[in-house]
Formats: sequence, C-alpha cells, structure tokens
Amino acid sequence: MGRYLLRRLLQLVPVFIGTTFLIYWLVWAVPGDPFAGKCGERRCPDQYIAFMTEKYHLDQNVFVQYGSYMKNLLQGDFGQTFSQREISDIIMTSYPNTLKLALVALAIEAIIGLGAGVLSGLRRNGFLDNLVLVSTLFLIALPVFVVGFVLQWLLGVQWGIIKPTVSSEMRWSELIVPGFVLGSASVAYIARVARTSIAENRRADYVRTAIAKGLPMRRVVGVHLLRNSLIPVVTLLGTDLGALMGGAIVTEGIFGINGIGRQVFRAIITKESATVVGIVVVLVLVYLVMNLLVDLLYAALDPRIRYE
Amino acid sequence: MSDILVSEQSAPGSGGSGRPSGRLLEVDDLRVEFRTRDGVAKVINGVTYHVDAGETLAVLGESGSGKSVTAQTIMGILDTPPGFVTGGQVRFHGKDMLRMSDEERRRIRGEGIAMIFQDALSALNPVFTVGFQIAEQFRVRRGMGRAEAKKRAIDMLDQVKIPNAKGRFNNYPHQFSGGMRQRAMIAMSLALDPEVLIADEPTTALDVTVQAQIMDLLAELQRERQMGMILITHDLGVVADVADRIAVMYAGRIVEEADVYDLYAKPAHPYTMGLIDSIPRMDEKGQQLRTIKGLPPNLMNIPPGCPFNPRCPMAQPVCREKVPPLLQVGNARASACHFAEELVNRV
Repeated sequence: MGRYLLRRLLQLVPVFIGTTFLIYWLVWAVPGDPFAGKCGERRCPDQYIAFMTEKYHLDQNVFVQYGSYMKNLLQGDFGQTFSQREISDIIMTSYPNTLKLALVALAIEAIIGLGAGVLSGLRRNGFLDNLVLVSTLFLIALPVFVVGFVLQWLLGVQWGIIKPTVSSEMRWSELIVPGFVLGSASVAYIARVARTSIAENRRADYVRTAIAKGLPMRRVVGVHLLRNSLIPVVTLLGTDLGALMGGAIVTEGIFGINGIGRQVFRAIITKESATVVGIVVVLVLVYLVMNLLVDLLYAALDPRIRYE
Repeated sequence: MSDILVSEQSAPGSGGSGRPSGRLLEVDDLRVEFRTRDGVAKVINGVTYHVDAGETLAVLGESGSGKSVTAQTIMGILDTPPGFVTGGQVRFHGKDMLRMSDEERRRIRGEGIAMIFQDALSALNPVFTVGFQIAEQFRVRRGMGRAEAKKRAIDMLDQVKIPNAKGRFNNYPHQFSGGMRQRAMIAMSLALDPEVLIADEPTTALDVTVQAQIMDLLAELQRERQMGMILITHDLGVVADVADRIAVMYAGRIVEEADVYDLYAKPAHPYTMGLIDSIPRMDEKGQQLRTIKGLPPNLMNIPPGCPFNPRCPMAQPVCREKVPPLLQVGNARASACHFAEELVNRV
C-alpha cells in the first residue's frame, strides 16, 4: 500500500509537468510577439513587458521560460497581472468559493443521485423507476444555463423562495440551488449508473446468501448490496469534483458567485493570460489529486483490487 | 425407519392437506411455476417430502428436475418474478411458512432453517471478510457486541476445521481455497444452530478429494448437532454414505422415495434404475457408458401421462394416459410408477 501510494505520487509528477507545460506553451509560446493581445484591448505597458520578460526569460526558448515559471510557481508565486495584482491573491479569494460550491454540488449528487438510483434499481420498471428515468433524461438533455436561469427565475424571482444571487458571505443554504444547477447533469448520470449497478447486483448470489441468513432487508440492501454497487458511483463522483470546479463558469456567472470560474472567464475576456495559466494549473492539480483519491478508495471498497 | 408420506401428486390444485403431524419440516404437494415471456414452465408439480431431526434426506435429480427450486421455496429465496408458488404447503414445526408474514419467515432463516450453496465463491460477499460475514450473524441476529461475536465466529471456523481460524478471520473470500470457502460457508450457516440444514449441491464446485472431506464434515456436524439435513445433489456416489433416505425427482415430482439401502438394492422406478445403471463401473472398463436415452421433458409442455414415459424402456399404453401417483410399495418406500409392485417384487 505504501509503495503503491509512493508510485502513484511519483506518477503525478510527469503528468503535472506535461499538462502544465502544454497550457503554458499554448498561452505564451505562440509565434510572434508574446505580448500581442495579452493585456486586454490596449498594448501592454512597456513596464509590464520588461518586468515579465526579465522574470520569465521570455526572450529565451520555451523550456527555459517554463522552467522559470514553474520555479516561481513552486514557491507560491503565480506571477502578476499587467495591473500588478498578485495572481495568487485572485486564486486565494476565488478558489474557496468555487470549492464550496462544488462540494455542495457533489453532496447533492451523492444524496439525490445515489438515493434515486438505489430506489429505482431495486424496483425496476416500477413507477419510481420510470419517474427517475424520465427526469434524468430531462436533466441530461437540458443545458446547465437553461436549468440555472429557469430555477433562478422561478425560485428567486417568481416565488421568492431564494435570493436570485448568492451573497458574498457564501452561506451554505444559499448554495443549495446553485449547487443543484451545477450538478444537475451529473446527478442524472449518478442516478443512472447507481440504478444499473444496483439492479445488476440485486440478483447476485451473495445477496441471496444475505437473505438466506435471515438478515433484515435494510441490512441486505444497505450493507451487502450497496457496498458492491458503490464502486462505479465512486469513480464518477470522484472525477466529477474536478469537472465541477472547471464547469462552474456558467453557474457562477448566473448566480453572481465570485469563484474561479468567473475569474477565468474574466481573464479570458480581458486577455489576462498569466491569470488563465495560474488558475488552470490549480485545476489540473485538483483533477490529479481526485483521481488518486478515487484509486485509493477502490481498494477500500473492493478488497480484490490489489496494490502490489 | 421412517414411514413415507404418500400423496396424490396428480390431484390438480390441491392446496395441501394441512394436518399437523409433528414433523420438523415437511413439504406438502408444493407447486411452483415460472412465468416467463416464452410461456409458463411448471417447475414443481406437487412435491412432497419431509425431514426430521437427526436424519439426512438426499434429494436426487438431474438439472432442471426442480430440486433446487424446492429448496429455494422452503428458504423463501425464490426469485419472484419469474417464480410463483401456486399451491401446497411448507410446514416447519407444523406451521405453514408460505402463509407467514415476511418478518416471521425471516426469523426462521438462519435460525430454524439454514442453507449452503453450490458455489461458495459467489455466495460469499466478496467485499467483506469471512470473519465479518460469520460474526454478522451473531451481531445482527443475536445482538452480541463486536468482541464476543468475533470470538464466536472464530469458534465456528474452528468447528469446521479451518486451520489457524484466528488468523483467517480477517481474510476475504478470494484469499481462501475452494474447500476452505465451502467450510466457511458451512460455519456461517451453522452459526445460529439451525434445526434444518439445506445443502444445495455443496460439493459440485470442488475437487474430488475435497468433495469427500466436505461431505464427511457435513455428516459429522449433522450427527453432532442432530440436525435435519436436506442434501440436494445429482451425484449418486455422494449420497450413498451420508443419506438416510433418498427422494428422486423428475420433472418437478418425486418419482421415488426410499431408504438408502433399499433404493440402491432394488430401485422401484425405471428412472432410478437408469440413474444407478449409468454410474461408471470399474468392472466394465472400456465399454461404453450406459445412459438414459432422450432428454428431460420441456417443463412448458410436459407430456401427458407419466412424465418419464418418452424415455422409459418399460413404457406401456397406460403410461401415456395416466399420471402415476406416488404410492407406497412394500415396506416404507414409495414410487410413482404404474409397475412399481412388479419392480419391487422382481427377483
């Protein structure tokens, strides 16, 4: 286990370098003037060009540039925007908000998706099963911005149940509706995967054994059946956290949440490249760590998976 | 020797006689059908057998004869749909289990009647340790604490002769060998000290040498605990040493029931004769193996008369018209053949 963990952590290094290099290269190493269109509508201030060129060796080849960028990054220095703002500050203020939103979305996915999946999987072709199938199809088919605007308008404007936008305090209760919007497509996928998994394992021999042991139905389903059916669901949930954070652009925009989605959107619009690279690098890290966690969780859920 | 409960198997739609008889477990005129898209398969067509404390009943039959479905119906683990009980009774201590509430039935499982399955690898839950799955019985059904349940589970593993039971407690099923897994399965099913144990082909998935060990273990535990045991098998060799009585099933009916010695010495049904004849024999080495010609009937379309008549070497016109009821022939044995008397009285 320890050796496996070490090996997986070491594997993260080349993946991290590869992805971040690609991002850096796409943004900074395009042929021509590296500062063309990097500072919004205007030409970059000479002062910024000189500062960046010196700090990141922009007059040298891309590997040297990337090397110096990473060197700074590892010391927590994400660089500055052309208006001299520390990019790490932008990330630090917006990142927790997005993480909070994504966690709410993830919790909603787990609770609603898994709950609906288990109930419909246990009674295939029943009323509930058909309801789940139709409603999940609906959620999958609808784009996030439609779900977002419709819920904002209905719940926030028409019925006044929620405030249409989220306040800067980011209270958990305010995040329930945005969280649902963000996770709406995933919740449907989770429900469907859980349904199939439960229905498949429902007829398994070990479930029959558990019933033959005279265990209460609650325990047969909640312990013996669920544990075996969770494996595909956990994969989906784990990899989804990364996707949720990156996918929060639309949801954050609709509900006025100051998260990284909004920052990255703003940075792209204003052509603030250094910010884009910084935020995406952090997103890559989240993806990688979540993938590792999912792989480790597999072993906890299924002892047959061995780490040699 | 126990006498034999005789029933009119051909009587349509009879719902069991319902009279109390002081028997431990009795199946009375049980009928089960499978309703599938292709039609209705009549899988059990009036099965009657019983088992008392301290005796072993072997239920013998080829695949599809309904022996496992009968056992599943007794346990209440029949897959419904497609399986439906359409008649008969399953009485435990004289009480019809088919009319009990779900909760009442659940409590009998494991404690009154326990079951072990053919393939222990798939029957044990792959994601929990063997120890957990045994201790679970003590914790959930007996309300014991973790430590005590563990102690009792290790004790059970000891009783089924798993070496180093303590160290094996935290192993997962896939870390056990086939024989050890079946031993663990036995330990789990005997945890609550059941009165009846149903063993559904417990050795089919095992090596021949391991088969004998498991059968010996089962016989020993049955004797020690004075359990009633129903041993389901298609292997005539397995039953000879262990069983007291044998019930032979064909097309969802009992065609013959007899004391183990009587049945081998003088089968009273042509099907049983065919089964015994088809055992490979050392003194006929090199010769072609004898078989029962033909195939078991399609359960969606059972032939009229005796279901065995298309394959029977002795079939007469009456066999194609009348279903032979399971009737007592001679001393404490029964056969569902029109010519049972002749078969028993032959020299």
